[in-house]
Amino acid sequence: MAYSNKVIDHYENPRNVGSFAKDDPSIATGMVGAPACGDVMKLQIKVNEQGIIEDAKFKTYGCGSAIASSSLVTEWVKGKSLDEAQQIKNTDIAHELALPPVKIHCSILAEDAIKAAIADYKQKRGG
Amino acid sequence: MNYFQLFDLPATFELDLTELGSRYLALQRKFHPDNYAAASNRDRLMSVQQTANINDAYHSLKQPLLRAEHLLALRGLKISHEQRSFTDPVFLMQQMELREQLEEISTSEDPDDAIMAVEQQLQQQRKVLLKQLAAALEANTAEQNQQAAELVRKLKFFFKLQHELELIEQQLQD
Repeated sequence: MAYSNKVIDHYENPRNVGSFAKDDPSIATGMVGAPACGDVMKLQIKVNEQGIIEDAKFKTYGCGSAIASSSLVTEWVKGKSLDEAQQIKNTDIAHELALPPVKIHCSILAEDAIKAAIADYKQKRGG
Repeated sequence: MNYFQLFDLPATFELDLTELGSRYLALQRKFHPDNYAAASNRDRLMSVQQTANINDAYHSLKQPLLRAEHLLALRGLKISHEQRSFTDPVFLMQQMELREQLEEISTSEDPDDAIMAVEQQLQQQRKVLLKQLAAALEANTAEQNQQAAELVRKLKFFFKLQHELELIEQQLQD
């Protein structure tokens, strides 16, 4: 299957790969997986006092589309408020990367990862 | 279609695979298209269709995860094509760590030792999960069936890891 140029670009030069220190209170982590293909995705956000996502990092074990989807999302969320980041839709990711129908689930995974990270942040703050 | 019925076997997770194999061969012989060379068009078509069903059914019942999925589908829980993300953070963190271990194999001092160590872990974890799956499917309550579906999802990650490990092994041999 042919990958789009944008997928190849993110796959070959993934942005923001890595991890933040988990015990830092401004860091929240979203972990998601896709049983069908065994992909695992970790997305971390660094949120400042104003509720703006200052930085993001990811680590994904999966196919090129899963890596590209998470790489793209880390770029998109930077500078966004939590509410804005919550609005990111998998269809936007799939459209930007020109994902074929069989790879749509990779963009769903990335959307769920950012939602999980936001939920983790809110839980950390609330609890 | 109920694959268990096709082979006239009880719809249970614990299955006698030898018995399944011999029933598969008997049905294959019975419906083999060669036997229908002189039959009507309709019967010939039926034999081709039936042969395809028998092959699908055998393939699904032979493998434990596909068998569990079929059993759950018969109980009204269809999970084979679901695209819902899996979100158990503790389990996923463990998967991450195992993936990292796989990554380190090729640069470790003794790759064979490293492969063996991961292999043993995977085998051990699979064994535990399969045992839990068998118990949940045996119980066959609404709650236990949900639990079984969750175990199938977890096992899929482990089968994927096993596949990745085998790829690494092959690469090291080349």
